[in-house]
Amino acid sequence: MEKSLVINPDNCTGCLQCEMACSYENEGVFNPSKSRIKVFTFHQEGRFVPYTCTQCADAWCQQACPVDAISLNLVTGAKEVNESSCVGCKVCTISCPFGTINYNQSSGKVIKCDLCGGDPKCASACPTQAISYVDADQTGLDKMRKWATETDHASTNTPANA
Amino acid sequence: MQYIIVGAGPSGVIACETIRKLNQSAQITLITGQSEPPYSRMAIPYFLEEKITESGTHLRHNSEHFSSLGIIVINEKVNAIETSKNFVRLADGTELGYEKLLLATGAQAVSPPIDGIHLDNVHNCWTLEDARNIASKAVAGSSVVLMGAGFIGCIILESLLKRGVNLTIVEMGDRMVPRMMDDTAGGLLKSWCESKGVRILTSEQVTSINDADSSDQKPLKVNLKNSPALPADLVICATGVKSNIDFLKGSDIAFDQGIIVNEFLQTNIDNVYASGDVAQGLDFSDQSWHVQAIQPTAVEHGRIAAINMVQNNSCKHHGSINMNILDTMGLISTSFGQWMGIEGGQESILLDKKNFRYLNLQFKEDCLVGISSLGHTQNIGVVRGLIRGKVKLGAWKERLMKDPSRLMEAYLASL
Repeated sequence: MEKSLVINPDNCTGCLQCEMACSYENEGVFNPSKSRIKVFTFHQEGRFVPYTCTQCADAWCQQACPVDAISLNLVTGAKEVNESSCVGCKVCTISCPFGTINYNQSSGKVIKCDLCGGDPKCASACPTQAISYVDADQTGLDKMRKWATETDHASTNTPANA
Repeated sequence: MQYIIVGAGPSGVIACETIRKLNQSAQITLITGQSEPPYSRMAIPYFLEEKITESGTHLRHNSEHFSSLGIIVINEKVNAIETSKNFVRLADGTELGYEKLLLATGAQAVSPPIDGIHLDNVHNCWTLEDARNIASKAVAGSSVVLMGAGFIGCIILESLLKRGVNLTIVEMGDRMVPRMMDDTAGGLLKSWCESKGVRILTSEQVTSINDADSSDQKPLKVNLKNSPALPADLVICATGVKSNIDFLKGSDIAFDQGIIVNEFLQTNIDNVYASGDVAQGLDFSDQSWHVQAIQPTAVEHGRIAAINMVQNNSCKHHGSINMNILDTMGLISTSFGQWMGIEGGQESILLDKKNFRYLNLQFKEDCLVGISSLGHTQNIGVVRGLIRGKVKLGAWKERLMKDPSRLMEAYLASL
């Protein structure tokens, strides 16, 4: 069973452990600005919303990449950036309508969530289970995926990507 | 079913792959006028910078990719299309029959009609062959004159400087990248470039280029309208592109600036489709029809055209958003949709001149319709989502009017 990240903002306290764990796992530093998961703060509502790539079926980033540097990990279902192929053109960063693939100026490449190869550190670091990693069919991703479809009318008729 | 795809850029390649996904038994032939494996122009700046080798520009890295999908690749130019007989004629005289045809022939660089534009050391920067020529001539200590400070001109600046050349840019317009930036952003970009040692002459024109006299140290003399001539080893002409439609003259296929298509990317001939830089497709923002000539649109077109070719116009194209992201020596700029604003619209601007940061949001009522930016890259893709989804911002409109940088929160609040 493919698993996916489930985010429950109601449980998030804004502690940023997820960002620390992510940047340490992927960049070797405790630096939230290099994290692939981001916690957004809504001061007015006193609310925190962790947010990262949903590994959407349409994979806008993958389609837009001019040099075939983003591929599907068949085991985890993650869309992964192949660092050696990525030239840093950033076309994927404007193509992803969720804004979850970003340019990393220090490496000159793009970065995105790759589910840490099947053991996402953000989920294990989260003390309140605002982020968990569970069977894909239990997730609340449907709303976002529906939104993804609505933003590209074409995809509703694309059996190959369904 | 016999499918022929003409043009092996991103649009043609995605189209072939999509047809294969949808129809396992289709006969698919990809015809390209280039003699090398399909490559990406987007990668050329990084090739010039020597960050990648030629193979790093290839659209698909596995050399067996096309044969493993049963796609026949023919490296030959197409000279003519006979729509009444359903065949294409190649430059070598071969005639290939099709049932459905996709024209994804892309665009070519255009040069101004001035004397000397065809001299040996004057090159466009569009094809991989152009890039090879530039790479061999833009050597350390050489003087390079770059004609045009548009997208292509700007995106190769870093690689030229890294090659150690002395660079002068000559731009006809009054600012840099006039097609994706307003005065403020274009002006900031200019001072950024000047701070990096690049000389930029705006509102200036190259009137002619000639071989220098034997007494001169540089082989070329670049004559300008308002300033003294520039000595140069190499002139790079990046003054624009146009759709490749010449081969259609004499055919029944209708074209204007590009090939005229409907909302299914279908031309006036039922079994002929067009996509990418050669197609005059629908713009999402104002529902006008024009050639966008950008990578994301080429890909979107290729996929939708392919679906319609296989599944009889089942997939309507609702228009592509014009968008660009440009890295000019480390200063990253973007533009999306109606970044220049619309009549009766509202705007919200954040400007930090000292740090070269700029964010300009354009609204129609409580929907975002366009942005332009300098120095803002985090989560920038969400702009596409907000524009394309016509997301009603409600209370967030006012918050964005006060602080445009809160785009991501505005988007999350809409979920």
